[in-house]
Order: sequence, then C-alpha cells, then structure tokens
Amino acid sequence: MFYVMAATSVVASLYLIFEKNPVFCALYMVFSFINIAVLYVLLEAQFIAAVQVIVYTGAIMVLFLFVIMLLMVNVEQKQKDDLPFQRIPAMILGFVLLVVMGLTIKSKIFQGKEGEYTSAKVESIGHTQLIGKLLFTDYLLPFEMTSILLFVAVIGAIILAKRKV
Amino acid sequence: MITLTHYLVLSAILFSIGVVGVLIRRDAIVIFMCIELMLNAVNLSFVAFAHFLHSMEGQMFVFFSMTVAAAEATVGLAIIIAMFRNKDTVNVDNMNIMKW
Repeated sequence: MFYVMAATSVVASLYLIFEKNPVFCALYMVFSFINIAVLYVLLEAQFIAAVQVIVYTGAIMVLFLFVIMLLMVNVEQKQKDDLPFQRIPAMILGFVLLVVMGLTIKSKIFQGKEGEYTSAKVESIGHTQLIGKLLFTDYLLPFEMTSILLFVAVIGAIILAKRKV
Repeated sequence: MITLTHYLVLSAILFSIGVVGVLIRRDAIVIFMCIELMLNAVNLSFVAFAHFLHSMEGQMFVFFSMTVAAAEATVGLAIIIAMFRNKDTVNVDNMNIMKW
C-alpha cells in the first residue's frame, strides 16, 4: 500500500512540474495530495488525513482553479521561456539536493526520545479527541495566534485583490 | 515492513521535485503549487516522525502548518491577482521591475 501511494504521488508531482496547462497542474497537485492523505491514514493520523483532504482539495485547489480561470483566458499563448538554459542545472541541483537529503537520512541522526502516545493509547482515547484536548491545553497560545493569522490573511487578501484601495 | 526511513525518503523526493518545479517553471501559479508541494512533503515527514516516535507533537505541528499554508495561499493568490492587474501576465520573467 505504501509503495503504491508513494509511487503515484511521486509520478503525479512529476507531472505537476512538467505539465504545460496550469489547470491540469492543479489537478495533478490534488491527486498527489490525496495520495499523501492516504499515507497519513497509514500512519494512524486520521484527523490530519481528513483535514488534508478538506483543506487542500476542498479549499486550496478550488482557490487555485478559481484564480486560474480568472486569469488564464489565453493559456496557449506565450509560455515563452526566457531562461531555457536554467532547466538542466535546476534538475541537476535538485538531484544533488535529493542525494544530500538521502545521505542525511542514511546517517541516522534522527534519534529522538520516544513519546508517551503509543498507538494503543491513542486508540483508547480517540485520535480526534486527543488532538482537540492538546489544542486547548498545551497548544492554546499557538491556536489563538492561528486565528489572528487567519484574520490578518483574510484582510490582506481583500485589500490586495481590491480594485481600488 | 515500512520504516521511518521509507517515509523520509519519500518526503525528500517530493521536496526535491518541488524545488526543481520552482526553478524550472515561469508561471507564478505553478510555482505556488510547487511551494505547496514542498510544504506537504515536510508535513509528511512530521507525521511520520510523530507516528514512529509515539508522539503527538508532529501532528499538532502539521495542523498549524496547514493553517499557515491556507493563509499563505490566500494572500499569495491575491498578490498574483494584483500582479495580473498591473502587468497583464503571471509570467515571473516579466516581473523584473525591482531588478537592478
């Protein structure tokens, strides 16, 4: 299951960066994100998986498609690449980055101490309930700051997209 | 048996694809999608760590980073719309007014 989901999400991401039409790009992005949501379920993070589907495929993709429809009346024109020589070095550097990250992972420096929430314990409390409890106890300040952040983002988006300030 | 390393490697691959996408595409909206892809790759490694270390912190972080991603997408797309109004294009090569 992991390998199928991993392979499809990687292939969808590759299509995302090589596809010419931005509408298809958005659809490939969503496909990749849904695969990642399935991986979250495999990692026993059901709530995060649900939020991933709702936020990314529900909200962000609709936003992207909306903007694409708004702006890309003429998709096939232009798309002229002023820096064609940038492609090959970019791919080489991306590959080098991948190798470096792979070596980092291989060096086994990621050794944290184990936490208290084992699968059985999460199962007994209930995953969403546990997240909700933590959100309103240990993470109350970040939670409130998130609400301020969203508020600021809404105001900023309205101001930026308004025709005349 | 799927270990933490599998998830970290997948996350690294997705992140690299996102980086390459940002570098080779000229379309502001697609660059934005690649940034979202990189955010998701990091979220995946957060959740993998949380699962394999029996901790909840990773999932809380993913929750907050998703909120930030949503806010970022809203503001970023608003900026793209504003750019389109001024320049009539979303190609980043034409956004060189601040280039010295």
